[in-house]
Amino acid sequence: MKKKSKRTPSAGKSGRRSFMKWSSALGGATALCGTGVFYGLKAAERRKPEADDIIWTSCNVNCSSRCALRAHVKDGVITRIETDNAGDDAYGGHQIRACLRGRSMRHLVYAPDRLKYPMKRVGKRGEGKFERITWHEAINEIAARLRKAIREHGNESVYINYATGQVGSTLSKSWPPSGTVIARLMNCLGGFLDQYGTYSSAMIREAMMRTYGDGGIGSNGVNDMAYSKLAVFFGWNPGETAAGGSAFMHDLLTARAKSGLRIIIIDPCFTDTAVSVADEWIPIRPGTDAALCSALAYEIVTNNLADEDFMHRFTVGYDEAGMPRGVPGGNSYKSYILGHGRDRTPKTPKWAAEICGIPEHRITRLAHEIGTAKPCCIAQGWGPQRQANGEQSCRSIAAIACLTGNVGIHGGGTGALPDCSHMPFVRFPTLSNPVKASIPMFLWTDAIVRGPEMTAKRDGIRGADQLKSPIKFLWNYAGNCIVNQHSDCNKTQAILQDETRCETIVVMDNFMTSSARYADILLPCVSNLEEADLVCHDNTAAQQYAIFAGKVVDPMWECRSVYDICSDIAKRMGVWEQYSEGRTRDEWIHYLYAQARIILPDLPPTVEEAFGMGIYRRPAQGEPFVPFESFRKDPEKNPLKTPSGKIEIFSRYMWECGREWELAAGDRIPGVPEFLDTWEGARDPLRAEFPIQLIGHHSKQRTHSTYGNVDWLKRVAAHELWLNTEDAEARGIRHGDRAKVFNGRGEVEVRVKVTPRIMPGVATLPEGAWYTPDPDGTDHGGCINVLTSQRPSPFAKGNPQHTNLVQVVKV
Amino acid sequence: MLKRPAFHIDIDICTGCKTCMVACMDKNDLPVNILFRRVTEYTGGEWVTNPDGTCEQDVFAYYVSISCNHCENPICIRSCPTTAMHKDENGIVSVDYDKCVGCRYCEWSCPYRAPQYDPELGKMTKCDFCRDYLLEGKPPACVAACPNRALHFGEYDELVARYGKTDIIAPLPDTSITRPNLLIRPHRKARPAGSKDGRVGNPEEL
Repeated sequence: MKKKSKRTPSAGKSGRRSFMKWSSALGGATALCGTGVFYGLKAAERRKPEADDIIWTSCNVNCSSRCALRAHVKDGVITRIETDNAGDDAYGGHQIRACLRGRSMRHLVYAPDRLKYPMKRVGKRGEGKFERITWHEAINEIAARLRKAIREHGNESVYINYATGQVGSTLSKSWPPSGTVIARLMNCLGGFLDQYGTYSSAMIREAMMRTYGDGGIGSNGVNDMAYSKLAVFFGWNPGETAAGGSAFMHDLLTARAKSGLRIIIIDPCFTDTAVSVADEWIPIRPGTDAALCSALAYEIVTNNLADEDFMHRFTVGYDEAGMPRGVPGGNSYKSYILGHGRDRTPKTPKWAAEICGIPEHRITRLAHEIGTAKPCCIAQGWGPQRQANGEQSCRSIAAIACLTGNVGIHGGGTGALPDCSHMPFVRFPTLSNPVKASIPMFLWTDAIVRGPEMTAKRDGIRGADQLKSPIKFLWNYAGNCIVNQHSDCNKTQAILQDETRCETIVVMDNFMTSSARYADILLPCVSNLEEADLVCHDNTAAQQYAIFAGKVVDPMWECRSVYDICSDIAKRMGVWEQYSEGRTRDEWIHYLYAQARIILPDLPPTVEEAFGMGIYRRPAQGEPFVPFESFRKDPEKNPLKTPSGKIEIFSRYMWECGREWELAAGDRIPGVPEFLDTWEGARDPLRAEFPIQLIGHHSKQRTHSTYGNVDWLKRVAAHELWLNTEDAEARGIRHGDRAKVFNGRGEVEVRVKVTPRIMPGVATLPEGAWYTPDPDGTDHGGCINVLTSQRPSPFAKGNPQHTNLVQVVKV
Repeated sequence: MLKRPAFHIDIDICTGCKTCMVACMDKNDLPVNILFRRVTEYTGGEWVTNPDGTCEQDVFAYYVSISCNHCENPICIRSCPTTAMHKDENGIVSVDYDKCVGCRYCEWSCPYRAPQYDPELGKMTKCDFCRDYLLEGKPPACVAACPNRALHFGEYDELVARYGKTDIIAPLPDTSITRPNLLIRPHRKARPAGSKDGRVGNPEEL
């Protein structure tokens, strides 16, 4: 049955015959979806599908797994999607099994709402009225508008929006924006306004940069938990977020089976990860992790459970003696914890209990458990940081890992997200960007409204003191951050509907997303199964790999690859030679493969052989990855990249930013990790009106908004608001009822899952559902960003999309 | 080929990801109204709010992934008026399409709701243990799909030897009805069969 693909990435034939085949397949899909006849075959006949070919491909979405798929193809139509089935699946070189999302790929590629032709907006922006145009017209229009924007407002007015619909590929990737073919095109034309940070990890990156001198740092590899006695996770739900079998969950389950370690999960939700690995769940109010950690630190310090030697040798700012010169007394971490600082409040378990909702006795016991388990893995997901005080939560969790001396040793951790090793792999070269200014990715709507007012000290502008121009031209490829995934859909739409502000929006995508509805020019891209690419693994602990994803089927309708689209624009603007270096997309694949072989010499000699092989694996070797192991062994010889060379429990940089930056009323940036009450936090008086704290966990149904239109996934994993049984009863809401969720920013109507698996006073509306407003503006798709705020966090200027107060009422 | 095919589910490590369901839907090209395999969430527990506003709870939850159990005493076969439902030579409970009239008695009688009516065909359909895959020496689609390696299959006696035999847990029905070829490793918070401690948490997904 298993056949190796004989196709090269360039071998796809696009003739009239194959066009007719997939066209009729799709016609069948659209017309007969509800009856299960996808290919015009009756159910009984469907039982013996045949395949002319089985082609390796991949799922390239932004979940931080990266899974292999094997697409069965019959007469130019995908008939089945399997996953990696190679070898004996022994751990370390195990099969890279896709999760439910990857397995539903056939219904994503053949979704009825695929974009088919280039289109131009004819109604008001956002109204969703388009008319078909030719590719020639589309390229001309984009070139003319791009020229105008650059001429009138400069290259700084052109922005490539944050987009993560294609993150695994090399040529067609959409993130980081500066690594895309669009960036290469723009760099040929004088550059573009760049960005920093991500919607996933904005706060933790800045927090870890200031703590450990490395924003990208994780905790120990997941497989290292085989050495831990106890693991304590703040958030972290790989069972849903990165569910693929190459990644965290299989590593975690294997480590747990090996060591029998005890796992405690601290999260407002009893997550699927907690279901499968937690020995205990400690529910916590959203945004209060720093209060809990401060109390843990109080107990650890006052009961002599702190690793004082570690703190003195490897950190700065732990106590007054360890403070950098020139900082007034009372600013050390210990002063804050013991109540010797400016607030004169000892951070006792009793103090924290009322804030985070965890009983005093449980906090005390947890401190003793963490303080006595040697080694103990302290780790966090990226949920706790997506809060108005997210930087503080991250740093306070890391402080517990330090305080107990668990950094840089096997079985311990840094307090960050459990990490993996990364295999070096080829990157698409994008040339250099002459524009030096960059903005926090979350503030792009601000940059449209008030670009030239935005400064380094008020808005986190980097590379320049101030922006020169507002954003006038917006590129958006394989992303849904224009409306769906950015905060405050209603505010965003009002900004974009004013066409005098951002003058051009070009969207390139597979589907008519809510972001696509805001396009002026809307271009249909191929899915990743309609083109070949080189795909490197993402987060995985025990094995490294690359997937050589072949072209499975020919491009459908008039869909084109983003490389080819930009190539045509480059031609029209007179920079094709520099953009393409004379290469076609296929020639780039061959060129990049040759580059990859320089990095990985044991790759097969030819790209054709690589595509036939499908997966290149580097099975686990040696001990699991431990960040800062060499620093721990010899801190003088191997200093960190922080200003002090040590772990900065006190960050002078942050302390100074807290004094010098222009912050919004109520915002603070302290030098040591502190618990900060915030707007719409657990103790905001606004709870009298909007009593429920709303977060938006990542559901198995989607990866962000990708796969949100797939019927199979909607069937097996319903999109629902999770509401505690008590809160539901108080509102007369029963399981399955529809409820209205609202605050001052908007209103969502959604089905309710009444469950004990979420803390009273908290609800979660899984992020990524497709925004579907009615004429009155009420969203019926269940998109959380109708309710989230565009107010950035104080230091990272990131997206606090889990900081929301709402009311819930029965419809 | 197997004589008494059985599934083993490690419920303790199942994350309820439903990859088994989607792999099955893709393999069998199923429409959304037909599910050969279902993942049931069983959940319960009480919350107590203390005077200081803190909360205590004993919440539990686990997932149970179930398809046809190709039972030893299949009630679907006993209730089929046309003898369409039968056990084939490999112990797989199967539908003979020439005989099936789509009366749905099998569906009503099966405590696992394994037989599924296909309105387009006018006949019953169900899990066939991926007979074609077994003939090719491959595991069933659901088993090969499981990212957490929580689903296993094999000859009943061999699975018993490897994993041991365990009592069934809530919310699974009493095994005496059909004698399912189903083995489980219970979740660490599992409730015994017939327990009223919890409830099915996801009826809309079943």
